[in-house]
Amino acid sequence: MKDKLFRFVLFFAALMILLLSAGIIYSLVSRSLDTFNEYGVWGFISNAEWDPRKATEEYGALSFIVGTLYTAFFALLICIPFSLSVALFNGEYFKGTKVASAVSSVVDLLAGIPSIVFGLWGFYSVRPIVIALGVNAQGFGIFLSSIVLAIMIIPYASSLSTEFISMVPNNMKEGAYSLGATRLEVIRRISFPTASSGIVAAYILALGRALGETMAVTMLIGNTDRIPSGLRGTGNTMASVIANQFGEADGLKLSSLIAIGLILFIITAIINLIAKMVMKRLSKV
Amino acid sequence: MKRFLLFTSLLFFASLLLFLSSCKTGSSDSQKGISRSTISGAGATFPYPYYNIVFRDFMRINEGITVNYGAMGSGGGIRSLRDRSVDFGASDAFMTDKELETMNGEVIHIATCLGGVVMAYTLEGVDSLRLTGPLISDIFLGKVKKWNDPRITSINPGVPLPNLDITPVYRSDGSGTTFNFSEYLSVVSPEWNRVMGKGKALKWEAGIAAKGNPGVAGIVQQTEGAIGYIGSEYALTLNLKTAKLKNRTGRFVEATLETISAAANVDLPDDMRATITDSADPNAYPISLFTWILLYKDQQYGNRTKEEAMELLDLLLYMLSPPGQKVAAQINYAPLPEQGLEKNYRLLQGLHYGGEPLFDGLTSTDDAGARALEGGEADNDGEGR
Repeated sequence: MKDKLFRFVLFFAALMILLLSAGIIYSLVSRSLDTFNEYGVWGFISNAEWDPRKATEEYGALSFIVGTLYTAFFALLICIPFSLSVALFNGEYFKGTKVASAVSSVVDLLAGIPSIVFGLWGFYSVRPIVIALGVNAQGFGIFLSSIVLAIMIIPYASSLSTEFISMVPNNMKEGAYSLGATRLEVIRRISFPTASSGIVAAYILALGRALGETMAVTMLIGNTDRIPSGLRGTGNTMASVIANQFGEADGLKLSSLIAIGLILFIITAIINLIAKMVMKRLSKV
Repeated sequence: MKRFLLFTSLLFFASLLLFLSSCKTGSSDSQKGISRSTISGAGATFPYPYYNIVFRDFMRINEGITVNYGAMGSGGGIRSLRDRSVDFGASDAFMTDKELETMNGEVIHIATCLGGVVMAYTLEGVDSLRLTGPLISDIFLGKVKKWNDPRITSINPGVPLPNLDITPVYRSDGSGTTFNFSEYLSVVSPEWNRVMGKGKALKWEAGIAAKGNPGVAGIVQQTEGAIGYIGSEYALTLNLKTAKLKNRTGRFVEATLETISAAANVDLPDDMRATITDSADPNAYPISLFTWILLYKDQQYGNRTKEEAMELLDLLLYMLSPPGQKVAAQINYAPLPEQGLEKNYRLLQGLHYGGEPLFDGLTSTDDAGARALEGGEADNDGEGR
């Protein structure tokens, strides 16, 4: 009897999650239909115009998609040297030592800091540096938000990379050492190739995280509804435009914002799927 | 295992119970207030802080009455009044004749206070800055890019304006502040009217955006060379540095409660539906505006009682009374000038309950205030017994 009850509870909980996800997708799709009917799916995605004035109303997602990819990939680029060093430090050089566990717990701590705190830190501390570097006059933009995003995703990239680097079989490394390889050569020829798909998966997951980040980016990107003019320019990401404009939106604008939410949902889902596939391939090897 | 099982199922049912109970709480609140009557309103967010305090004061005096206000935006307030789901609506923009026709009944506009939009800026060593409407338009269109542009320096003699990029800051969310700002610029600059137009959200040419008055104020305060438009009620509370604007008579006027109130010192129409942007009064701050409470002239509709109508009238009279207007000034909303108050009282005299007038027309403000207070005390007695 008790066993049955327990099974029922588990089954119910699992089913609820599935139902919830289906419900989210359903409401996103049904509420964005107005926009897709008006502009067509491709027409909406490829249009860079975002004009909320009633007389000339026109909505397109391209500038926000570009802004999102721009910040996320640049953040990933900045994050790679730092997170890879941390991963090597913890997974190879100081594997299993107290120093490594101290470093890794501090890095993990970064993951626990709320997004808005990163936003404030970027606003008050990083922005003056960006202005001093002469990136642009007011500091806000792609450059500033990518730097802060990069620091936010370091823990996601590094902890998984550490895991995979430390999983490289010892006998392979010892074999290389016995043939006279230096430590750097072992890392380059043995550790990296063996752990490569795991490391790639870690960075894809970090990228997914960067794509959806909202609060810190909203505070730092400048929130202009145009395709960013470059690293020095300002822009808006898909998440930040929703956060900014959802409150007072109605009609076609509301529908367009939900459509952007749906596109973001699909992009992050695809990225997570790719990461899963890469890891699966690894576990088969 | 047994314990774990018990624990999980307990947790499960507890959360289920919590969920169910949270759905129900809505009804229990209204049950205890049988002798209690409620005035409900909805609409504009701009006067919300003022209404919040003045309604609270009113409720303190009239213990039997609860006033609920939903700050859902002007459009929502008008819709709710049309559905008659609220007793009064509130709006920052008066209703056009066309809109009024859709209301199924005559609606009157009672102005409650004034506000303005100020230009806040941050420039080290510049404590006084003069700007004109067309200049603001060109700054936000991205045509005037530097603080030492000859057009700025020529009207600011002796002010050390630096060779620094201007960073215009605007609202990223849809906002009545944006509407009022763009409405003013549409009046004073033909180019703005053509390129940008007016609206709660615009397609901007230059600058960066932030959410809400606090967002814009935050960026302006922290960025050397930034200039942004902010609701006066917020900017005056923060004591931000604001620019003096050239009004229609050619004078440069600082944004204060007095100069915003002065914008209403013009011939106001009897129905109080007036735009006071770019006012002709010599002391007026040019970006000033009324905010209104909307209600039906005939209060007999649905299952409204005469008592409910009287309570609503008392509330409005209290807001117009000296204590009500003083509260507005305390939190940096500009109080109504004498002429506006008189026109309001005359409009309230027209209020009736199925043909029966509700307000006998005390035009003196002091009497009205006393009346509102008296009415409140009488209600208290009634509940005491």
